[in-house]
Amino acid sequence: MSAVISAPGSSVVVRRRSTRVRALWLVAAIVVLVGLACLSVAVGSRAVTWEEIGLGVTGHVDTIGQAAVYKRVPRTILAIVVGAALAVSGAVMQGVTRNPLADPGILGVTMGASLAVVTGIAWFGLFSVQGYIWTAIVGAGVTAVAVYAVGSLGRGGATPLKLALAGAATSAALTSLISAVVLPRGDIVEIVQSWQVGGVGGATYEPLATVAPFLVVGFVMSWGCSRWLNSMALGDEVAAGLGVKVAGARACAALGAVILAGAATAVAGPIAFVGLVVPHVCRLLVGVDHRWLIPFSAVVGACLVTTADVVGRLIAQPAEIQVGIVTAIVGAPVFIAIVRRTKVREL
Amino acid sequence: MTASHDLAARALAVGYGERTVIDDLDLQVPGGKMTAIVGANACGKSTLLRAMSRLLKPQRGQVLLDGREVHSMRSKELARTLGLLPQSPLAPEGITVADLVGRGRHPHQKLMARWSRDDDKAVADALEATDTVALAERPIDELSGGQRQRVWIVMALAQDTDVLLLDEPTTFLDVAHQVEVLDLLTDLNRDRGTTIVMVLHDLNMAARYAHHLVAMVEGRIHASGTPADVLNAQTVRAVFGMDAVIIDDPTSGAPLMLPLGRHHVAEREH
Repeated sequence: MSAVISAPGSSVVVRRRSTRVRALWLVAAIVVLVGLACLSVAVGSRAVTWEEIGLGVTGHVDTIGQAAVYKRVPRTILAIVVGAALAVSGAVMQGVTRNPLADPGILGVTMGASLAVVTGIAWFGLFSVQGYIWTAIVGAGVTAVAVYAVGSLGRGGATPLKLALAGAATSAALTSLISAVVLPRGDIVEIVQSWQVGGVGGATYEPLATVAPFLVVGFVMSWGCSRWLNSMALGDEVAAGLGVKVAGARACAALGAVILAGAATAVAGPIAFVGLVVPHVCRLLVGVDHRWLIPFSAVVGACLVTTADVVGRLIAQPAEIQVGIVTAIVGAPVFIAIVRRTKVREL
Repeated sequence: MTASHDLAARALAVGYGERTVIDDLDLQVPGGKMTAIVGANACGKSTLLRAMSRLLKPQRGQVLLDGREVHSMRSKELARTLGLLPQSPLAPEGITVADLVGRGRHPHQKLMARWSRDDDKAVADALEATDTVALAERPIDELSGGQRQRVWIVMALAQDTDVLLLDEPTTFLDVAHQVEVLDLLTDLNRDRGTTIVMVLHDLNMAARYAHHLVAMVEGRIHASGTPADVLNAQTVRAVFGMDAVIIDDPTSGAPLMLPLGRHHVAEREH
């Protein structure tokens, strides 16, 4: 064998070092998230005192200030969980499709969830959060399969741009369908509109409790598939050679991503670009190992949506700008930057 | 170091969809040896390798590893014995050599278990054995084509299988890197006793490095045996449809094929 004998275990040192760097980034991101969460509770269109914050958080609603703070707590939690869910969903979709442009918004999955929910509201008298969630997940799943099928047609299979185009076209079609369903129904326009722009403003504890188990299941499925995603990143043939049942692994990971995207959309409406932007930023910091990328994306996604919510509250006082609009303003340039990069095909 | 395994194809028929590329093929891979499969483009050599590594399901017949049908074995169990390096594996942008090599450990890891000492050791051994420790922290994108192919073989090494199948491991490499890769595989075969089966384009490289040569024509095995037995003018004629002169390679003693085209060839006796 090769004559050069190097210091034994030096690759182990390399691996440990990178583990420490990744752990530090994760801790740093969690610290930032805690800071943002505090900020989200403290600031808003109504200025409150420190005393009111303390009392409001602990459940007192004696003054308007305290009540405002009290309402900001579930709102903050919702921003955190929705951001985490969408970012993880995006990271998994990018892994499953090996496509840097994959994102629940761009692939039309959130619009599919929206159409399902809106149709449910308009035609089937859907009203419970539980009902929203199941309907949204089914809508998201059907759309994901359909977009992937359309994007895979023709030569070269599901290339990044074909998939993004299929998703964009599907999104446009679904948006028109949503209008077609809602327009004749003056009675539900308001419900649908407030839900559809994408917002966390009206959050209360009850839908949070309902959506929590779905998000937990989706997250566990996604994270549990991370080693499969790592293998599949090397190509389906290498993955098969490493003992991964590629079709089953892909289906399992995709289902996790669809559950997260559907559940998040059901409680906060379609919020675009979080799933696209966050995993790309995270890869720069912690690398391409999904075992790290997925939890790290969750924390950074939570940071992004919480920030977007706080910014949306502050820049248009006394009115508020919905989270979905703020994330789109941040996300669109990133989308263009990714498309313009030459190595867009390699993920 | 490793146990010898018995890999064989029995009355194998494989293809894509309706099309059958290989029909009724029998092959016995000699354990602990290096086998090269050669043949013209589209003769089915890659298809045969893909069927043996279970990427393609046979239409008829079987691929047997130690007498067991590979398509009925558990994926991870098979992946601990039989490794595969396809022709064009993908490297995610920004992945480091150490990360890539570590992914070769997948078949040895339990579903939820953490990275183990065995994994550490296998990765370290693989990097050290191939003189790639210095590359461990480098992103794959920064490496040259030859280094990159080396790293893929290191990953297959970390997988620690007794049988390794490689689909054209030297394609796209310049001659120096071809020799480097084949030397590395020879190290692996000699030091670990790994059974190696590779599809090669270059007949002369195959004759020099393989113990056992399999020449394919249109989905059938035309000839197989030692390079000295297989590589002759008749075989080249049948496999590539080309005239050739075979001489002894003065450096290795293996047969060396010199192709005869229409030009630049001295007048031959008839």
